[in-house]
Amino acid sequence: MILGRTERGMPPVEPVTLKILVAGGFGVGKTTLVGAVSEIRPLRTEESLTEAGRPVDDISGVEGKNTTTVAMDFGRITLREDLVLYLFGTPGQERFWFMWDELSEGALGAVVLADTRRLEDCFAAVDYFERRSIPFVVGVNCFEGASRYPAEAVRQALDLDEDVPVLLCDARDRETVKEVLIGVVQHAMEYAADRREAVTG
Amino acid sequence: MSVDGQGRSHWFDDEAGPVVRPYAMTRGRTTSPAQHRLDLIAVVVTEPDAGDPETDPTLSPEHVEIVGLCRTAPQSVAELATELDLPIGVVRVLIGDLVHAELVHVTRPVPPAELPDESILRDVINGLRAL
Repeated sequence: MILGRTERGMPPVEPVTLKILVAGGFGVGKTTLVGAVSEIRPLRTEESLTEAGRPVDDISGVEGKNTTTVAMDFGRITLREDLVLYLFGTPGQERFWFMWDELSEGALGAVVLADTRRLEDCFAAVDYFERRSIPFVVGVNCFEGASRYPAEAVRQALDLDEDVPVLLCDARDRETVKEVLIGVVQHAMEYAADRREAVTG
Repeated sequence: MSVDGQGRSHWFDDEAGPVVRPYAMTRGRTTSPAQHRLDLIAVVVTEPDAGDPETDPTLSPEHVEIVGLCRTAPQSVAELATELDLPIGVVRVLIGDLVHAELVHVTRPVPPAELPDESILRDVINGLRAL
C-alpha cells in the first residue's frame, strides 16, 4: 500500500456474531462436537465463581484460594468475513447452571447432545431449553458400542414435542455435525415463523 | 494456558495459581459503571483514531494488549478472555475502561428474544453447507 493512510483508514470488518449452545451430560462429547467443526482448536474460557457471589457480598480482593472456575469450551466458524458463528459448550455440572442463563441469552438455538446409554443425563438440558422457549434439536451421539435406537424411540424416551428434531450424529464427524447445526438453524427459523404467526394471527 | 506450555519452562506453574490475582488487574472492581454486561460474543473493535495506548500511563499492560489485539482484527469477548488467559469478568471490566477512554467500541450481537434476520439465518445455513 502506497498511501500510509489507506491502511489505517480502512475500518476493520465488524462481523455479525451468532451463537449456538451445545449442551448435554458430562462426557457426552460436547467438546468433541465443537472441535469437529470449529476452525480453531476449541478454546477454553473461564469465569471465576466470585462473579456468582457478587450480588450477595463483595469478596473482591479476597477471592484468593477459594476461587473456583467454571470452564466453557467454545469454537468458531467464520462463515463469511462478516458473519461468524460461535459454538459454546455449556458447563456439564449442574452446579454451574447459573452460567447457562448468560450463555443462552441471545443464542440462536441449541444442540442437546444425548448418549443413548445415559439418556437421563440430558433430561435437565431438554427441560431447560423447553422452559425458556429456546429452539433446540437433540443430537444422538452414536458412540461405537452403543446400540442404535431409532430417532423415534429417543423422542419418546425424552418425551419431546413433535416439532423438536432428533438427529443421529457422530460428534467426531464433521459432516454429521454440520447437519446437526444446519438442523438447529432451520428449526430456529421455523420456530420464529410460528411465533410470528401466533402473534399476528 | 497449561496446554500449550509444554516446550517452555516456567519457574512457576499453573498449580501455583496466577501470579497476580485476576481481580487485582481491575483494582478490585467486578463491574464497570458505564457498561451493562457484555455478551460473550460482543465484538470489540479498536477505534481507528486510537493513538498509541502504551503512552497512556493510566492503562495496564492488559488494556494495551486488548487495544492491540482488536486493532488487527475485531475480537469477541470470549476470544479476548482466552487470549489474555483471564476470567471473563475481568476482561469485561477492562473493556469497559477502554470504551470509557474511547479507545475501543463494542458492537453488540443481536439482542435477546429477537432472532436475526431470516436472510442472515439463510446465509448461516448456506455457509455451513459450504464448509
